Amino acid sequence: MATPVRPTEKAGSAPRSGREPGRWAGLAARLRPRATFARHALLALVALVVVVLLLELTGPFRNSQFATMSYYAIAAAGLTVLTGLNGQISLGHGALMAVGAYTAGLLLPAGIPLLVVLVIAAGVTAVVGVIVGAAASRLKGPYLAGATLAFAVAVPGLAIHFDEALGGEQGLAVPSPRAPEWFADAVYFLSANETSSAKYLAYVGWTVAIVAFLLLANLAASRIGRIWRAVRDDEVAAELAGIRLSPVRVLAFTVSAACAGLAGGVLGVVVRLAAPTGFTIVLSISLLTAVVLGGLGSLFGAVLGSALLVFLPPAVTNLGASAGLSDVQSAQLAPFVYGAVLILVILLAPGGVVGTVRARWHARTTAPAEAPEERTGRS
Amino acid sequence: MLQFVNTLLTGLGQGAVYAAFALALVLIWRATRVVNFAQGAMAAFTTYLALLVVESTGSWWVGLLVALACGLVLGAGVERVVVRRVGPHNELGAVIVTLGLFVALQALASILFGAQFRSFPAPAGLEGFSVGGVTVALTPSMLITIGAVAVVLLGLVALFRFTDVGLRMRASAFDGEVARLLGVPVGRMLTLGWALAALVGSLAGVLIASGSLVWPAYMDTVIVNGFVAAVLGGLDSPGGAVVGGLAMGVILALVTGYVGADLVPLAALAVLVAVLLVRPQGLFARTAARRV
Amino acid sequence: MSAPATTAALRVTGLTAGYGPVTALDGVDVAAEPGHITAVLGANGAGKTTLLRTVSGLVPARSGSVHAGDVDLTGAAPEKIARAGIAHVPEGRGVITELTVEENLRLGALLGKARGRADTAIDDVYTMFPPLAERRRRDAHTLSGGERQMLVIGRALACGPDVLLLDEPSLGLAPRVVSQIFELLRERVEGSRLAVLLVEQNARSALSVADVGVVLNLGRVVASAPAAELAADDALRHAYLGF
Ligand SMILES: Nc1ncnc2c1ncn2[C@@H]1O[C@H](COP(=O)(O)OP(=O)(O)OP(=O)(O)O)[C@@H](O)[C@H]1O
Ligand SMILES: [Mg+2]
Repeated sequence: MATPVRPTEKAGSAPRSGREPGRWAGLAARLRPRATFARHALLALVALVVVVLLLELTGPFRNSQFATMSYYAIAAAGLTVLTGLNGQISLGHGALMAVGAYTAGLLLPAGIPLLVVLVIAAGVTAVVGVIVGAAASRLKGPYLAGATLAFAVAVPGLAIHFDEALGGEQGLAVPSPRAPEWFADAVYFLSANETSSAKYLAYVGWTVAIVAFLLLANLAASRIGRIWRAVRDDEVAAELAGIRLSPVRVLAFTVSAACAGLAGGVLGVVVRLAAPTGFTIVLSISLLTAVVLGGLGSLFGAVLGSALLVFLPPAVTNLGASAGLSDVQSAQLAPFVYGAVLILVILLAPGGVVGTVRARWHARTTAPAEAPEERTGRS
Repeated sequence: MLQFVNTLLTGLGQGAVYAAFALALVLIWRATRVVNFAQGAMAAFTTYLALLVVESTGSWWVGLLVALACGLVLGAGVERVVVRRVGPHNELGAVIVTLGLFVALQALASILFGAQFRSFPAPAGLEGFSVGGVTVALTPSMLITIGAVAVVLLGLVALFRFTDVGLRMRASAFDGEVARLLGVPVGRMLTLGWALAALVGSLAGVLIASGSLVWPAYMDTVIVNGFVAAVLGGLDSPGGAVVGGLAMGVILALVTGYVGADLVPLAALAVLVAVLLVRPQGLFARTAARRV
Repeated sequence: MSAPATTAALRVTGLTAGYGPVTALDGVDVAAEPGHITAVLGANGAGKTTLLRTVSGLVPARSGSVHAGDVDLTGAAPEKIARAGIAHVPEGRGVITELTVEENLRLGALLGKARGRADTAIDDVYTMFPPLAERRRRDAHTLSGGERQMLVIGRALACGPDVLLLDEPSLGLAPRVVSQIFELLRERVEGSRLAVLLVEQNARSALSVADVGVVLNLGRVVASAPAAELAADDALRHAYLGF
């Protein structure tokens, strides 16, 4: 699932070189996507194995870090698709995660099963996404950033205003579901480990993440993904080609919002709390850092970026503490680094990790005559 | 009735500050086609420096001067070191870079100045004047706020309208290439534009803080309200920014007074969406956006 | 490059420039003498605009040199080149439409003053182009095409230049307006120290006003001769100039 972006682009251009365009086009269209989807499925399986290995070889603390990473990864995946493939920036994804988390917090106490709750969280947030996306679909660049920023700042206020239902400043406690019997048995069978709740949540989070990534990768490789990229690259040309921009943008925003909602739901059960202070602008900007660092438009980059969000803060906090900073001060080192990373990546390696590595690789493997093809979401 | 009048007065006082902040955004937008999302964090930073000075000298005015001077330097530095390197035609990159500055500066402020709430003295009394035995919500401090914004505004108008450097700055902002062909050092003019804008932003930062509390994120809602004010007036129009700022002040004061302070950001969002859907170029844009 | 032998107001030697893989100029030699108009002619895409933009520093030169008098301006920044006395009226729109007519002219005069030229530059422009005087307070975006051309030429002259680079001043103008502008230009250059490099599509009228002509094709100079000779050379006219 690492590279959803490229393969079908090649598939898309294949017919042009064929001798019998009509026939070849049909064949290619029928064969290639299926091959791509199969590849994605295979990658998903590999990812599942990696997840099991990681979770079984590490202790409860790391398990809970991986649980955290799972929801960052889901949200970042949604954002990287929106920004990288469709060219829309959003500072509202933290707030969209809040929608998912509060949905989970409201539904779980009613005894609804976790997976159903997560699906509903994604659905509710998708509906919010349709509304925000529709309002945002005519906006670009700084206007879009500002509008979604205003959205991000407004949402926590709602939670505080409707404190009867949403718990005000204190937030809403989210009951953390217990691992079912069969899960504990399965884990014991696999590795002879005892099940912790962190482990269960990490498994839930990563299972959801892998499913979400699989869907996103296939979507990105499909006709819809190609249309998103066409709109990103040149909206005038896309419009001339008969693409209606607004619905395309709204769809991208909705899909992305659904991911954020799903991530928010997972966050709710992992953190066991949905509170306004958990969804500040800094959360939205951290997600942006994750996708920019990983490489805009790359799902694998989103995973790399979310690893940064999880593993960087403890590291720099320790560093700060050993440099004599207070706890409060050290805690601010992480956002400081996020900001610095955003600036440095844009100035020095705008393709992010994945884009830069890919460009290097390309430059090395192709003849110098062929100009390397940059594929980042920069407009 | 009195409550309504008082709400309006409070709103105008707040609005003056939003106007200054929006003006700072507009100056940078006109010069470099960048919305400076770091404006709030930059202003918070200089306000902290001002607070240090106020606490050690006991003079609010010296603190203000220091904030303005630091704003000037910070703005110039940010343009030179960061923004200039993003390169033209990279809208998304510019947005991301200013967001990066935003979080980085805000975190740095927490590290250097502490994350706790601190109170910032007011330049003058915070008691409302009494008119015919009734106390209205117009305070000496508010008069200073409004006066300071007015002075800066007139100063900027004079600079742009009547001075050579102002003309060069406008030429650089509107058409950098032609300006260069006329011998204008465009790079220097853009740096100057950022510096001036950051100065105005710093002024807004100190004015917001005065008689109230500062903490590293205290400008977060101001950046949103200032942005909405700027868009309301038209990002290209300094006059529009001022009117938009005052309008936002009044609207938000009414929401605070009659609905609830928690919903102020929601109201700002509603205004923004309404403007963008009905008149995206803003209320006062003179010509349709040139380079969109 | 060694310094040129004679000191023309502008001397371009072996200039090569381009955009990415495109080479738009390939070893071009051109000179502009004081008191003379040099026409630069050629088909679309011949490299005329690129020549002017490279001279004024907007496009980096890959090799070759640009001298104004005996000052080497190769590789200098556009604002520095402008201050050295080279005024460039760019192709199409050079008017800053958000400023008023007078403010546009003031920008030019500011540079002129910095170059130690007369303080009356703006009034001189108004004398040369009376329609501008009537419209001095108007926003420049309200001007007609001909008035805009007068404005940009006037603004460039207000810079007090030694060299004036004009890129297709006739573009989109009625033939009568074009000949008016060319006549005024001729008057202004005659007997002065100003050297003009006039890029034109419209070869016939350019050669009628110019002293010397240079013909570019695919980024190279294919002919360089007194204007009358070029106009009389049927083969050349048919091949490159289209009249
Ligand atoms: N910005 C650019 N990027 C890439 N190629 C360019 C650019 N500008 C010009 N060119 C190419 O350089 C060559 C010379 O262009 P130039 O504009 O100098 O021609 P010109 O003689 O001025 O033509 P015209 O009479 O049409 O104005 C052309 O082949 C053109 O396609
Ligand atoms: Mg041309």
